[in-house]
Amino acid sequence: MNLTLKVWRQKNASDKGGFREYKVKDISADMSFLEMLDVLNEELLEKGEDPVHFDHDCREGICGMCSLHINGKPHGPSQTTTCQLHMRSFKDGQTITIEPFRAKAFPVVKDLVVDRGAFDRIIQSGGYVSVNTGGVPDANEIPIPKVLADEAFDAATCIGCGACVAACKNASAMLFVSAKISQLSLLPQGRVERKERAEKMIAQMDKEGFGACTNTGACSAECPKEIKLSNIARMNREYFKASVTTENV
Amino acid sequence: MSWVTKTLNSTLGQKLLMALTGFFLILFLVVHLAGNLQLLIPDNGESFNLYAHNMAINNFIRSVSIINFGLILLHVVYSVILTKHNKKARPVGYAETDASTNSTWASRNMGILGTLILIFLLVHLRGFWYRLKFGSPDKVLLGDTEVDNAFIIVVEAFKNPIYVGFYVISMVFLAFHLSHGFASAFQTLGINHKKYTPLIQKVGLGFAILIPTLFAMIPIVMYIQSL
Ligand code: HEM
Ligand code: SF4
Ligand code: FES
Repeated sequence: MNLTLKVWRQKNASDKGGFREYKVKDISADMSFLEMLDVLNEELLEKGEDPVHFDHDCREGICGMCSLHINGKPHGPSQTTTCQLHMRSFKDGQTITIEPFRAKAFPVVKDLVVDRGAFDRIIQSGGYVSVNTGGVPDANEIPIPKVLADEAFDAATCIGCGACVAACKNASAMLFVSAKISQLSLLPQGRVERKERAEKMIAQMDKEGFGACTNTGACSAECPKEIKLSNIARMNREYFKASVTTENV
Repeated sequence: MSWVTKTLNSTLGQKLLMALTGFFLILFLVVHLAGNLQLLIPDNGESFNLYAHNMAINNFIRSVSIINFGLILLHVVYSVILTKHNKKARPVGYAETDASTNSTWASRNMGILGTLILIFLLVHLRGFWYRLKFGSPDKVLLGDTEVDNAFIIVVEAFKNPIYVGFYVISMVFLAFHLSHGFASAFQTLGINHKKYTPLIQKVGLGFAILIPTLFAMIPIVMYIQSL
């Protein structure tokens, strides 16, 4: 298939940037979206032009490194990661608009690459268990109800891609932060620090300049891992409870 | 009090205030509607005037109405703070968006809907509340007490088809605001449960349709009666 690509090009963080149009020919419907961009970049390199910079790593939907806002949606038209999006989702002759994820907390580094370090700093502020949990315990030594284990595991599938922020009209990071808080506060090892964790992670989230939550649900609808909105409600509970009961005055 | 201000100044705390004041406003809508419906009792406004009179002389109700004004103000102030903060979180927008596939229109336009409701509230207060408090309303005899004839002010106002139209359209905006706001406030308070959330969403939608429809019905009926 032949396509027209409208790609955001931006030299560096301080450059204003703008769209450039490229044509790509003979793209196979079985290619992934990133492979299609590889084809474009090979052509650009042959012509001696600067290739289009974009983030990627595992290319199998598990690392959360790929991004891109494709035709008005993070990770494009289907609810999956950009690396798992295939060209059969597009029609021959179509124009595809490719933009970086947009948020104050995700500044553009170059072209389509954004700095999602804000997520790392939120995790560093409390998204961990600091007690030594020792070696691998025997199965069922720590009793955890199946429903809670499932719920925690569902939350833990968040790959930190940032599509929730990209999709939200407020560029809010609530879905990501709530998945991380949920995953830990549902399990015994994480419960110990649940209150401090909620306070610290939310303080850091606000400090990074993410928006508030209007409960539109866009995040969950676009999340490649289908993280549920109920996690945000849980985070709110954790935070309000922590705020009225911790020793931190 | 530092932990209190810290919590209430966080994005979650500000939303908590939105939700709590929103809930209070929802309650207020129900009480207000119950009063308004007395306009439709065919007794030449006697019930309505009695109700308005009792509201005005009862100290408890007067304190509640001052709290009510305060909470509307708080809801509006925080809606401005939050909406501004949320705009700032995305300084460079997208060239292309496809939001209609992932969220409802009302949920994305709470600020615009709220502003339209605010305009209605101001016109509404100028027309009724201000005139009763600071104007010189006609008097009418109820038994042997002389009371303000609030009924006649309403009758006069609803003879104007432009005002009736403005009222009805504003109730549509309120309906959309509630269609998202009602269920959203529960989520903000952390109430999300497999058993109850689907019910809350249904009740919210029902509330968003029923209450504004009943409000809008009153000026329509009174306009028809005035013809
Ligand atoms: C009788 C009138 C009103 C009622 C019953 C009402 C109710 C609500 C409720 C229940 C919410 C949901 C809170 C949440 O998501 O947790 C809400 C949100 C909101 N309201 Fe109102 N409201 C009213 C008037 C107004 C007015 C006058 C404005 C002002 C300009 C306004 C602006 C907003 C905004 C911007 C939001 C969304 C905030 C956000 O999450 O981004 N509302 N309202
Ligand atoms: S919640 Fe979903 S969209 Fe957000 S970072 Fe995690 S996986 Fe990505
Ligand atoms: S490149 Fe790892 S998830 Fe897409």
